[in-house]
Amino acid sequence: MSDPDDPVREPRDNPAGSPKDTAVAELERQRTELRELGLETSPAPRDALVDPTRPLVSRRGWQDNTFRVAAHSGGTLVLLIMTLVGVFLLWRGAQAIDVAGWDFITEQDWEPNSGRFGIAAVLFGTIVIGLTAISVAVPLALVTATYITEYAPAGIKRFLIGVIDLMAAIPSVVYGLWGAYWLEGNLLPVAQWISTYFGWIPIFRVSQFDPSDPLATPTVFTASAILAGLIVSMMVAPISAAIMREVFDQAPVGEREGALALGASKWGVIRNVVYPFGTGGIIGGTMLGLGRALGETIAVYLVISPLFVINWQVLSTGTNSISSLIALKNGEANDFEVSALMAAGLVLFLITMLINFVAGFIIQRSRSGAAS
Amino acid sequence: MTVTETSQGARRADRPGRYTRTHLPGRDGRITPARPEVQRELSGLRREDVLRVVGAAAAGIASTAWLFTQVLPFQGALPFVLIAYVLFLGFFVVLISFDDDRITIKDRVASVLIHSGAVVLLLALVVVVVFALTEGRPAFTQGNFWTQDLSLAGPLDPLNIGGMAHAAVGTLIMISFALVISIPLGLLTAVCLAEFPSPFTRIVRTVTEAMTALPSILCGLFILATYILMFGAPKSGFAASLAITIMILPIIIRSADVVLRLVPATLKEASFAMGASHWSTIWNVVLPTSKSGLMTAIVLGTARGIGETSPILLVAGYTTYYSWNPFDGPMVSLPLATFTLVKSPEPAQIARGFGAAAVLMVLVFLLFAIARLIGGKGAGVLSPGGARRAQRASVRVAARFRRGGPTAVAAPASAAPASDAPPPSAPPSDEDTLTDDKEAGR
Repeated sequence: MSDPDDPVREPRDNPAGSPKDTAVAELERQRTELRELGLETSPAPRDALVDPTRPLVSRRGWQDNTFRVAAHSGGTLVLLIMTLVGVFLLWRGAQAIDVAGWDFITEQDWEPNSGRFGIAAVLFGTIVIGLTAISVAVPLALVTATYITEYAPAGIKRFLIGVIDLMAAIPSVVYGLWGAYWLEGNLLPVAQWISTYFGWIPIFRVSQFDPSDPLATPTVFTASAILAGLIVSMMVAPISAAIMREVFDQAPVGEREGALALGASKWGVIRNVVYPFGTGGIIGGTMLGLGRALGETIAVYLVISPLFVINWQVLSTGTNSISSLIALKNGEANDFEVSALMAAGLVLFLITMLINFVAGFIIQRSRSGAAS
Repeated sequence: MTVTETSQGARRADRPGRYTRTHLPGRDGRITPARPEVQRELSGLRREDVLRVVGAAAAGIASTAWLFTQVLPFQGALPFVLIAYVLFLGFFVVLISFDDDRITIKDRVASVLIHSGAVVLLLALVVVVVFALTEGRPAFTQGNFWTQDLSLAGPLDPLNIGGMAHAAVGTLIMISFALVISIPLGLLTAVCLAEFPSPFTRIVRTVTEAMTALPSILCGLFILATYILMFGAPKSGFAASLAITIMILPIIIRSADVVLRLVPATLKEASFAMGASHWSTIWNVVLPTSKSGLMTAIVLGTARGIGETSPILLVAGYTTYYSWNPFDGPMVSLPLATFTLVKSPEPAQIARGFGAAAVLMVLVFLLFAIARLIGGKGAGVLSPGGARRAQRASVRVAARFRRGGPTAVAAPASAAPASDAPPPSAPPSDEDTLTDDKEAGR
């Protein structure tokens, strides 16, 4: 297409004449070298060297300019809104943080009017719920994603993908109802069993419960952090599974077949091709799930009984999370209490943003990343 | 190495591949023609696989039952299932190890673990859905549930008084306002991200992706801080729509951006090559090509938006009656009504709450079905109707080319109806070609 000897092209190329001449000379040298080696040169690098990519849009009309400005102002507006969320939380919460100082991080009580308030207990509860949710959800999501990509028959694969995507969009209040009215009753005997036989592990101990007392009531196991964590895990498992499934699907067929041809079993292919390829997706899906788990409000609010003490006994009644604190205290809050809630919201905002940015970064940097 | 053909080598030409075979001489130097090889089944179930699983399961259940009734002081279904599963795995490993090696054991155990994990997750999800539907059934099978509000129904009234219509209306009003704002803004931003790549748009994209998982209660808190506390506006349905907008904007932008980036560059280049401006290329090529994907993005955002409770809890308030003014006074939505009602100790109120949740879930299912119907097609893949339209358009173009195109070369001049055809030298005008191409692209 771009013959350097084409006389018609010459005038246009005049301004860039000398770099082009060097390029052509360099190219000729390379071609001669290749020919001396007995190799045929291909036309592709020639185009790349001599004919640089031209901008497709050279001159913009007024419509183009208007559209460009409109699109960029839309982008700016969105960026502004997203930034303002953080700025406003900081601005409204500054008053409360000012009063509480560093105690805001270490204090467990929540009594803003008496000046004794802090997020230590709710932050602890948030993290416990999030970690419980993730440690249940990620293995389940991983095996489900593996099943869908590797084992599911072609006929139901598409259906299962749809089910997982749909489950990720089910309203959280539905999961909350399920947890409060179905899971809680079914979890009681399990919690009692764990506490009876594994009570020697500190986190499974429930001090109000005496296994040797035949009249001991299992109600000390209701509304626990484990229950909230399990409900949230059901919510985040489809989200993580959808991300991991997408990444596993992109694992290169050539490498799979290579592994099979070398005698690998199906598990060998998964272990040595699919999982290494999808590491970024696994980590990213986990982090995004963790972000969702930390911020979940309604499902947690429906089952927990709020407690403003750091409760290490995850099986016993009482826990709390930042988001359910906001939902709980917002109704009857005065100005200063709202400010304190905004400060708590700011902490939640910073944590989730940090997790999401790290997740995005890991996905981007991974081998499978660019497409997802 | 001797390469020989079998005696049937003569028939080789008629049936290639069947009798052409390489045979190695055996120890005695003679060539024994083997039977034609049968292709082995590389995947799929063998009889042993099934028998092993069944046997191990039977052994696991039986020994767990023995443990439960004779040895261990355990009770309850879940411990039984857990112990039975562990024992099943143990028996399974033992059974395989009788005639297979370690690699096979690993493979089979991994396969069993993966299958059972997937079954557990899918089963749990099915239980969630079925539980909400069955609990809500007494409420939403009543006719008045769909037509009345709750203003006349007290907590003790039976289910045949009062309904959830006011919450459904509230949900529709809120999501409509949210969509009116977020569709134009979201699509504009997505086009900006996909069409004007620059460091600025990279920042916007990163921030948008991080915001996809922004806890929804923070959206409500932000609207509370700005719209209600700073501007002094009352709690209202519009405030809730603003909160929902902030929540679904990143979702819409992100999926729309992915869809827009999938538009084939060749289509855009073809448009540029015909002299179209950037704006005209986006409007006439990029957006129509990715129409179904964009619709999917919007529907998915809507599905997330209508199910959200926490932002509405902060900024909309709760009512038991129809509220038609979105800018003043509290307005309730289906998820918020569910949330408020199930906290009541009265069984009728709880049933109403479950009914609202079931309706909400069915709404989400419907939106999802719509998204699957219109979406799922890649850029430029046509629906049957679109394909027919494109075919008709190209038939028209072909007809015009036959009439006005290379008549002098391809057909005798006398054959062409010279009266209504343009002269052969005049090419079809640019507008015609553009219109037809646009039709073909839809």
